[in-house]
Amino acid sequence: MIRRFLAVLKARNLEFLRDRSALGWNIALPVFIVLGMWLVFSGNEKPIFKVAVFSGAAPLASLHNDFLSTRFIQFYSVSSIQPAIRKVEHDQSDMLLDLENPAHPRYWVNQSSPKGYILEKILQGEKDLRYTRQPVSGRAIRYVDWLIPGILGMNMMFSCLFGVGYVIVRYRKNGFLKRLNATPLHAFEFIAAQVTSRLILIMCITIAVYIGTDLLIGFYMSGSYLALLLVAILGATSMISLGLLVAARVSSEEFAGGLLNLLSWPMMFLSGVWFSLQGTHPWLQRTAEFLPLTQLLEGARAVMLDGAGVLQILPQLLALAGMTIVFLAVGAASFKWKND
Amino acid sequence: MPDIIEVSHLVKQYASVKAVDNISFKVSQGECFGMLGPNGAGKTTTVEIMEGITSASSGTIHYLGEPMGPRFRSEVGIQFQSTALQDFLTVRETLGLFRSFYPRGLSLEELAELCALGDIMDRDARKISGGQRQRVLLALALVNDPVLLFLDEPTTGLDPQARHNFWELVRNIKARGKTVILTTHYMEEAYLLCDRIIIMDHGHIIAKGRPAALLEQHFRGVVLQLPYEDFHPVRDSFAACYRHTGELVEITITDVNTAIATLLNHGISLARLQIRARTLEDLFLELTGRELRA
Repeated sequence: MIRRFLAVLKARNLEFLRDRSALGWNIALPVFIVLGMWLVFSGNEKPIFKVAVFSGAAPLASLHNDFLSTRFIQFYSVSSIQPAIRKVEHDQSDMLLDLENPAHPRYWVNQSSPKGYILEKILQGEKDLRYTRQPVSGRAIRYVDWLIPGILGMNMMFSCLFGVGYVIVRYRKNGFLKRLNATPLHAFEFIAAQVTSRLILIMCITIAVYIGTDLLIGFYMSGSYLALLLVAILGATSMISLGLLVAARVSSEEFAGGLLNLLSWPMMFLSGVWFSLQGTHPWLQRTAEFLPLTQLLEGARAVMLDGAGVLQILPQLLALAGMTIVFLAVGAASFKWKND
Repeated sequence: MPDIIEVSHLVKQYASVKAVDNISFKVSQGECFGMLGPNGAGKTTTVEIMEGITSASSGTIHYLGEPMGPRFRSEVGIQFQSTALQDFLTVRETLGLFRSFYPRGLSLEELAELCALGDIMDRDARKISGGQRQRVLLALALVNDPVLLFLDEPTTGLDPQARHNFWELVRNIKARGKTVILTTHYMEEAYLLCDRIIIMDHGHIIAKGRPAALLEQHFRGVVLQLPYEDFHPVRDSFAACYRHTGELVEITITDVNTAIATLLNHGISLARLQIRARTLEDLFLELTGRELRA
């Protein structure tokens, strides 16, 4: 059994490595994207200020506060102080206001943030209230730092879904699967080898791109590498399994391409690759939780930006493992060798 | 010889057609068994059910007296009509991949020898000619040193020389005591290679037996071929036994002397006359009223 698995694994790896155009594309694309993003986002972010407001039980709209009516500042309500402080530390919010006690309002700004400095000057211009300053420090997190896990995750997603999905549909369409079915090879051995081959390739490429972009741009990584590796492996495995599930019965490349696009586009926008889902409709956020890329990015960002370890991202790891098992079980049970 | 495969009352019903309609036959160990018929006769469906690739609607298949089990997969070799191979692998790597699926089998050197692959072992499996490709597919079917070998139209699309080379390989394999089940729509191929054949049409078996015996049984005569322009003055004398094949007329007769005398009496030139023995193609035409490769 191991022998057959290893033979299919080796053959698939050789096929991929010798397909120079596919290999080159897999390496070049994410580097181009990261470089592009870096050029676009370094230095000149859009002049919109984001201020988190904690107002206890009172709704934000009911507060009568001159500062809250300042134009070009986006005020949004938060339900607790601590996570909001961390956002200020990481420059994801420019300021946090605590208006729970209207008599003694407090505010937090990041001392290294230029936007925080300007907001502070505006706030100090207010005559009617004396705000208490609560400085926080922390290395400012640029948008590109926040974006890196998204880009890496998105590239993994495309490589997982299309890499394994198209290959299997092509094998089925041209009769190679039928030929394999005439040998003692089991569906499980074949599928396991395909998943493993893709996983190894994707992990190698992702690690290379991670190191490469870190050398070029230098991004933020505050947590455990073990946790990051774990969430990346589980994330990739779950998305490869999803690709297999799509490819389990289909024998038309066009149809498979349509299905894979149907999966990858929502993931690209709903999983928080480009922007945070905070502030979007709760229904949308709940739906996004069922996408493997969402779990992967939540886990990866928790590790890289908030310094989380394996235990803190256990919910994401379990969700990804659960999805993998479901996708693989359904995929293997419905797997079809023949093209009708 | 004991039977290696026994097919009983096999039926395959697709949505609108009965591809295989209640057929039964046996294949003995060590023989080369041919399945003939035009495209769509049900040969490939039948053979794929025998290979365990397609399921039957009803009927049974026994391998060495037992229903097909896991043993079957490891003891047979199959060459499909069309098989793509994995991209970017050499012939050697492709053979190695398939060899590793089986606990026992031939070494790659033996396969190369047996299928005349010596000079293409390290070539990319996509960049070889049609004849070489069929030899590679044959080698894949032989990797496990099978007891029973299925060849599904192995020489379709090959040029005559490549076809003759392939037949030579099959003869060598037969000489090693393998049972071979061959489907083909080339009657010549069946005649040269097969010990016994069945002829299928529309899912039925319309004839079975040894190729020579079938010809003997159905007709003894010969075929005279003449250009139509030479023949047409006497066509009424042969009304019951001639037919056009393009520019030629074929006259099927049992008594050559009388026929030639008739032609000479009418002053027909025999300069372009050809006489040939009747073939399985003629037999098929006789049985179905249709051309085999139409």
